[in-house]
Amino acid sequence: MQPKTLYDKIWDAHLVHEAPGETPLIYIDRHLVHEVTSPQAFEGLRMTGRRPRHPQRTLAVADHNVPTTDRSAGIADPESALQVATLEANAREFGITYLPMDDIRQGIVHIVGPEQGFTLPGSTIVCGDSHTSTHGAFGALAFGIGTSEVEHVLATQTLIMPRSKNMLITVEGTLPFGVTAKDIVLAIIGRIGTAGGTGHVIEYAGSAIRALSMEGRMTICNMSIEAGARAGLIAPDETTFAYVKGRPLAPKGGAWEQAVASWRTLHSDAGAVFDHLVELDAGAIPPLVTWGTSPETVVPISGRVPDPADEPDAQRRAGMERALDYMGLRPGTPMQEVAIDRVFIGSCTNGRIEDLRAAAAIAKGRRVAAHVGAMVVPGSGLVKEQAEAEGLDRIFREAGFEWREPGCSMCLAMNADKLNPGERCASTSNRNFEGRQGRGGRTHLMSPGMAAAAAIAGRLADVRDYQ
Amino acid sequence: MDKFTRLTGVAAPLPMINVDTDMIIPKQFLKTIQRTGLGKNLFDEMRYTQAGEEIPGFVLNKPAYRKAQILIAGANFGCGSSREHAPWALLDFGIRCIIAPSFADIFYNNCFKNGILPIVLPQAEIDKLLDDASRGSNAVITVDLPNQEISGPDGGSIRFDIEPFRKQCLLNGWDDIGLTMRHGGAIDAFEEGRKLAQPWL
Repeated sequence: MQPKTLYDKIWDAHLVHEAPGETPLIYIDRHLVHEVTSPQAFEGLRMTGRRPRHPQRTLAVADHNVPTTDRSAGIADPESALQVATLEANAREFGITYLPMDDIRQGIVHIVGPEQGFTLPGSTIVCGDSHTSTHGAFGALAFGIGTSEVEHVLATQTLIMPRSKNMLITVEGTLPFGVTAKDIVLAIIGRIGTAGGTGHVIEYAGSAIRALSMEGRMTICNMSIEAGARAGLIAPDETTFAYVKGRPLAPKGGAWEQAVASWRTLHSDAGAVFDHLVELDAGAIPPLVTWGTSPETVVPISGRVPDPADEPDAQRRAGMERALDYMGLRPGTPMQEVAIDRVFIGSCTNGRIEDLRAAAAIAKGRRVAAHVGAMVVPGSGLVKEQAEAEGLDRIFREAGFEWREPGCSMCLAMNADKLNPGERCASTSNRNFEGRQGRGGRTHLMSPGMAAAAAIAGRLADVRDYQ
Repeated sequence: MDKFTRLTGVAAPLPMINVDTDMIIPKQFLKTIQRTGLGKNLFDEMRYTQAGEEIPGFVLNKPAYRKAQILIAGANFGCGSSREHAPWALLDFGIRCIIAPSFADIFYNNCFKNGILPIVLPQAEIDKLLDDASRGSNAVITVDLPNQEISGPDGGSIRFDIEPFRKQCLLNGWDDIGLTMRHGGAIDAFEEGRKLAQPWL
């Protein structure tokens, strides 16, 4: 038999229909739904008199619009309130499980899915959200879809999609002191660019990836889309099985044994052919930050703002100049001299318990700089509960951080959490696009430890100086 | 969705790389529960000041391009989020065709679901089209999907590639769900097999 990549195995196991001149049809096992990209899909079902084929294969939760402050009075913004209410009403009408805002399990879809055991190795998972790539950390083929496709999956439990190409990114070695999964993925995006993975599914492999916890693996797969790849994959192993075992929706008893036996076959075969290979040395990755308005604009925290004059390509040079102007930065400035106004710790990239522990380890016994507003937003109610059980909330509060309710929050600023024009933010989120965290807001992406260090220093700072 | 066959219209130049979906339609407009009405906020933060006044230098605010139906753009157009609000906003503004050296996957896919034709061309051809598009209201080009050909104001023509299935869907304005429903038997059979092989899923 011809050796297959992990992606090829999952793809082949989900192929429903393939014919010359047609785009293949693949089966979708799991569907996550949130309030922003689903209302028009449900409306489409109503208009055509269609029903979800398997409502139990879909899980709905509101995350983008929910307030991270006291929720007992509901959502103040009428549009946000309507969108969340619409999701709840649609879930009820179509028989879909919905986790309400006051449920301890509520949170960011990409944190809730794994926590509940909804995310399983070898499955196909979609959501009207580009960071669905997160679930690839379990060896699931998971990717973001548009609203028309949300409707398509609801109605048919399938998707029409072309087969992707295979890319293998191998990260070997041991991460240096102060370097995390976030730095690995920023280093990858810096290397291959924001379009480097377009048309591909990226499999991450190598000793540095295998050494990561599920939380770290999710951080890596989460940002695959920032490298242009709709999906990232990591072959499941004992770390994966240990995380999944006992989760509410995970298989139990005999089914568990059967599932694990099947999951053990989920790896790329020796000799499998990839369209592209990329190799990184984990030991050479420093703590990274972004300087510009694209996630590929990474620079070591010990580095300086780059100079567009050094860029030979005219269009890229123009892009750099526009980014520097937007970011209010001058070429040659040491990154550690860049003063910040705000800090955001959270998001589907870095809102899990391990991320909060890393940030708390830096914050402990220190104070947030007087001019900085810093907030910690747990990724889910269960993450928040766990953090509080460990006393992390107290550490953050005593250091001067705000301790918030779970949601997407200032990763994309659809709720009340946003930057004011010109404000600069050290953020653990995934996108530093113009206006992403609020019109005119300036975002620097980094790891949770780095963001906590920046909060203390009042400027971008090297986490290694705080450990 | 509306069919796409031949389109003759004004082409607007937007020679920026990495135009992301947050630029195309910022998050504050994603709170709608409808597909329509987003055109006025297309490229909102580049098009209007904080006070809501038009920024005259932005291409779609220039008199010649206010009714543009085609956009000529830089590489990696539509990167970022999966929001279908991006193609909805373009469509609502009146844009039916985007021509760029490359597109982000999800955006590219979302275009086809809405009767928008995204065309990938080499940078050299894009440069030529940008030059054509810079001629203001004379920048009328024709996109001929059946013949996979773009013709400019000077009569020259450029061939483009498109996946045959996607082409058929656009030409006929087909509804994907309707197409997939024809494979209901195959889906049933797949699910039966799945129940035996992977009962936990």
